Amino acid sequence: MSDVEYRRATAAQGGLLVVKGVEKVAFGDRVRIRDHQGRQRNGQVILAAEGETLIQVFEGTEDIDLDNTWVRFLDQSLTVTVSPGLLGRVFNGIGEPRDGRPPIVDGEARGINGSAINPAARNYPREFIQTGISTIDGLNSLVRGQKLPIFSGSGLPHNRLAAQIVRQARLPGEASNFAIVFAAMGVSYTDARFFRESFSDSGVLGNVVMFINHADDPPVERLALPRVALTAAEYLAFDLDRHVLVVMTDMTHYAEALREVATAKGDVPARKGYPGYLYSDLAEIYERSGRIRNRHGSVTMVPVVSMPSDDITHPIPDLTGYITEGQIVLSRELNNQGIYPPVDIAPSLSRLMKDGIGKDDTRDDHPRVANQLYALYAKAQEARNLASIIGAEELSARDQRYLEFARDFDKQFVAQGEDENRSIIETLNLAWELLSRFPREALTRVSETDLAHYHRSGEKVA
Amino acid sequence: MSDARNGHIREINGPILRIHMPGARNGEQVRIGSLDIVGEIIALEGDDAIVQAYESTEGLRPGEEVEGLGHPLTVELGPGLLQGIFDGVQRPLDVIAGLAGDNIPRGLRIDSLDRTREWAFVPREGLEPGTPINPGERLGAVQETETIEHRILVPPGIRGELIDLAPAGDYCLEKTIARVRDKHGDVHKLKLFHRWPVRVPRPYTQRDHGVEPLITGQRILDTFFPLLKGGKGAVPGPFGAGKTMVQQQVARWSNADIVIYVGCGERGNELVDVLESFPQLQDPNTGRGMMERTLLVANTSNMPVVAREASIYVGMTMAEYFRDQGYDVVMLADSTSRWAEALREVAGRLGHMPVEEGYPAYLGSRLAAAYERAGRVETLDGGRGSVTLIGAVSPPGGDFSEPVTSHTKEIIGTFWALSKELADARHYPSVDWVDSFSQDVAVAAGWWAQNISGAWVKRRTEALALLARDAELSRIVNLVGPEALSSAQRWELEGASLVKEAVLQQSALDEADAYCSPHKQFELLELVMQVFDRGKELITLGAPVQELAEHPVMARIRRAKSTWRSDESEQLAAFASEVYQALAGLRSEYASSQESAS
Ligand SMILES: Nc1ncnc2c1ncn2[C@@H]1O[C@H](COP(=O)(O)OP(=O)(O)OP(=O)(O)O)[C@@H](O)[C@H]1O
Ligand SMILES: [Mg+2]
Repeated sequence: MSDVEYRRATAAQGGLLVVKGVEKVAFGDRVRIRDHQGRQRNGQVILAAEGETLIQVFEGTEDIDLDNTWVRFLDQSLTVTVSPGLLGRVFNGIGEPRDGRPPIVDGEARGINGSAINPAARNYPREFIQTGISTIDGLNSLVRGQKLPIFSGSGLPHNRLAAQIVRQARLPGEASNFAIVFAAMGVSYTDARFFRESFSDSGVLGNVVMFINHADDPPVERLALPRVALTAAEYLAFDLDRHVLVVMTDMTHYAEALREVATAKGDVPARKGYPGYLYSDLAEIYERSGRIRNRHGSVTMVPVVSMPSDDITHPIPDLTGYITEGQIVLSRELNNQGIYPPVDIAPSLSRLMKDGIGKDDTRDDHPRVANQLYALYAKAQEARNLASIIGAEELSARDQRYLEFARDFDKQFVAQGEDENRSIIETLNLAWELLSRFPREALTRVSETDLAHYHRSGEKVA
Repeated sequence: MSDARNGHIREINGPILRIHMPGARNGEQVRIGSLDIVGEIIALEGDDAIVQAYESTEGLRPGEEVEGLGHPLTVELGPGLLQGIFDGVQRPLDVIAGLAGDNIPRGLRIDSLDRTREWAFVPREGLEPGTPINPGERLGAVQETETIEHRILVPPGIRGELIDLAPAGDYCLEKTIARVRDKHGDVHKLKLFHRWPVRVPRPYTQRDHGVEPLITGQRILDTFFPLLKGGKGAVPGPFGAGKTMVQQQVARWSNADIVIYVGCGERGNELVDVLESFPQLQDPNTGRGMMERTLLVANTSNMPVVAREASIYVGMTMAEYFRDQGYDVVMLADSTSRWAEALREVAGRLGHMPVEEGYPAYLGSRLAAAYERAGRVETLDGGRGSVTLIGAVSPPGGDFSEPVTSHTKEIIGTFWALSKELADARHYPSVDWVDSFSQDVAVAAGWWAQNISGAWVKRRTEALALLARDAELSRIVNLVGPEALSSAQRWELEGASLVKEAVLQQSALDEADAYCSPHKQFELLELVMQVFDRGKELITLGAPVQELAEHPVMARIRRAKSTWRSDESEQLAAFASEVYQALAGLRSEYASSQESAS
């Protein structure tokens, strides 16, 4: 069937093309379209019925001339060619080169949708990755095989933070050996350039595969992009035994493209116009991270999700949070105070931290220190709220101490340089510096042994 | 199969297909196309049937053949279920991993239960040939794991006269172990297993009242918002609030006989966590490996959506089967919201009218019907068994007024509402004492009075009242500052903080405290309330609140839960008397100073 071109398009709208009278087209089949100017577009069958086929066109359906549109069904699902030669290359959302070099031909073609990892074949992720960033390592640790998104907002430094993670991530005591898959959906040229320069400055370009769809590239292509990128990541991890760090930015642009297509198809909207299957669709992407038994590599994911109007309950961050294994949340307020990285620890969470830290992984006191800092910070927030009502002078001595703690916590623990790479031990020691401002009796989340070891009673504030 | 019939595909729209198959039956299972994908007929329209596919339909074409299997979705019930991990349509995932590698392929035909393994069957005594046989009756048993005796039951619907029963010995599942002649003279060959359609509740003689609480070892649940064996509970909460942790804690530590954990549309790693950690843990009630009584159903979020809908029924049918053997079963469903979303997705593709947030009008009744399968019953053979169902609910944006949460709330008896504020402050379990409720306190109180202490109800009520005062006083502080409070009121704030930190907070990661026996639960509560009462008195005698609040025993009280394990009640009691002595010392100090002042 793949040689036959049909001129039977009967409708085109919102990235969708209807073709009538072609029999036995496979659902999900890849489609090649030649438009009236002879340009080639790519598509995929999203509804296959007797005599009628609906095609999603990755380059969009703009200025399609129905009478002069030729459609060819390729009789294969959407694939991407994988080979060790992926590293160092730049592709678009459907895996075509955009670095002016020839396409990869000597590799193996793999379906981009993959199939679900059998939970019985997974290994639980538990190897601590040191990112050199205190709020992550100390309080929301990342482990190999985890999916830990950055929740951000427009104008916040999520890209700088993601780039810093890429530069600094390693197992404690080891040199970085991550391969990096960079998936950019709807990003500006400035942002794309920022990442490229950052990779190149840290000398890792040869270990990076980039998949780039710019803000002015067709939105429908964004639907394929993360799947193409993850097919590459899985190949690097599970065929070539690499530890892969996948940075995806911005998942919000992905979800918006999905909504656009869903609306054109007439799917029933659930919240804010997003289709009910947004959850499952995002899960198909995020769940491709992980560790697999009997495989040496791993896929660790750091997606960037910008929260429309800084609203964490917006469907995109909300559903993401329901799927990923935690989230690092950036705060506009901290950013306005000039604090970088502006990580708001209260809503931030790493669910896989518990097995990656402690005695054999980082340091024995780590889990309890994290817990204690959280408890104090929560109290400090209460004191802050109170201070904003009755004035800081009116606070009790105890609340004053919380207030000072919160201020120094933000300035010394949260804030750090963009090139500052703190070891986990440095981070924990810094934490004890802050904790030691409190008398031992006030620190009930750490153990008495911890206090004996690390509490600096001499510096105790009365 | 005798009434198998064939048809062909007319349209493929994601997981929903339209097929041409005259004479098809609603609910019938089908095999689709050359890929041999499994599906289920969910609607009929003339000679067309609408099918939902349990596997990805990519690559299927209109015109491909569809085979009707003539029976609805069923599960296999028999030895070999325990310690297993099955997908949403009961395919054994560990076997699939062995056969097919890391990813799940499509179109596998595979038995749920191992056909080659032999089980040591012991027939029940007194079952001579000629004995009348009733549905649900016990034919004998297989010791499936060291803790669990798998009782082999006559399938519901079969009644007659025993022709013969196999002697003790090793049998594989397909071997006939008994023959029964019914009143029409038909002979039924009974095996160690039978099949049951998942959407049909298994029969029982009658429903019974719940009589005792399920003890989960979690203070906020057992002491404050108890759930009975056979009860219905829900755990709603925004992402990251701790729903899965609560469910896993219940799966680990509760005093159920059998635990069925259904991961419905959630993370793969969470199931791996169970698979890797349970075999290393001991059931505090039996001292045996925790996995021996557990089985998992896994339809993770990246697996096909419509199998998610089936997974709840698959889990429930297995739960009822163990109930029928006379066991107390706990089924955990994480998350019922994903189940509801699967329902919504199918409804949307079928063009059913959406009523709220895209959900069809029958959402509420479907939810109620699923929860209704929980309960404590008199089984067909006159015994007692129960299924306790605990569903996680994942409301979009953490908004409890959304359809799934609000419908669920009307159906269940125990509501463990998780709060984002508490979780953000790392107060775990983040069960909110204001929004949560339990309709089972009175029954639970009877149990606590009989087994632990008659003071349970009083102390529980006092603690909740103190927490309510705390909320009220905190509001005042936030309006006018702490100076407006009297000493007695500030002591109430301290008391509430003790209740929260020494009793309510319980880390699942703290080895000494992850499980807390009912005895320890009450001791801690009693200790804290005693301290509060005595402190109150001290304050009337003129003791400054600050001196009490910063007294060194307070930090030790907050640490008591993780200092002593449940089996160290003597040490805990010794510590309590030490505390009471310290306070008594203070009391005599202040009492005498007050006397001398007057
Ligand atoms: N009882 C607990 N003890 C210690 N930590 C807890 C407890 N409950 C929750 N947590 C912490 O909170 C994290 C999130 O909990 P959990 O995964 O259960 O949330 P959830 O409500 O199921 O979220 P989601 O809806 O996204 O699945 C855990 O990884 C753990 O770090
Ligand atoms: Mg969960």
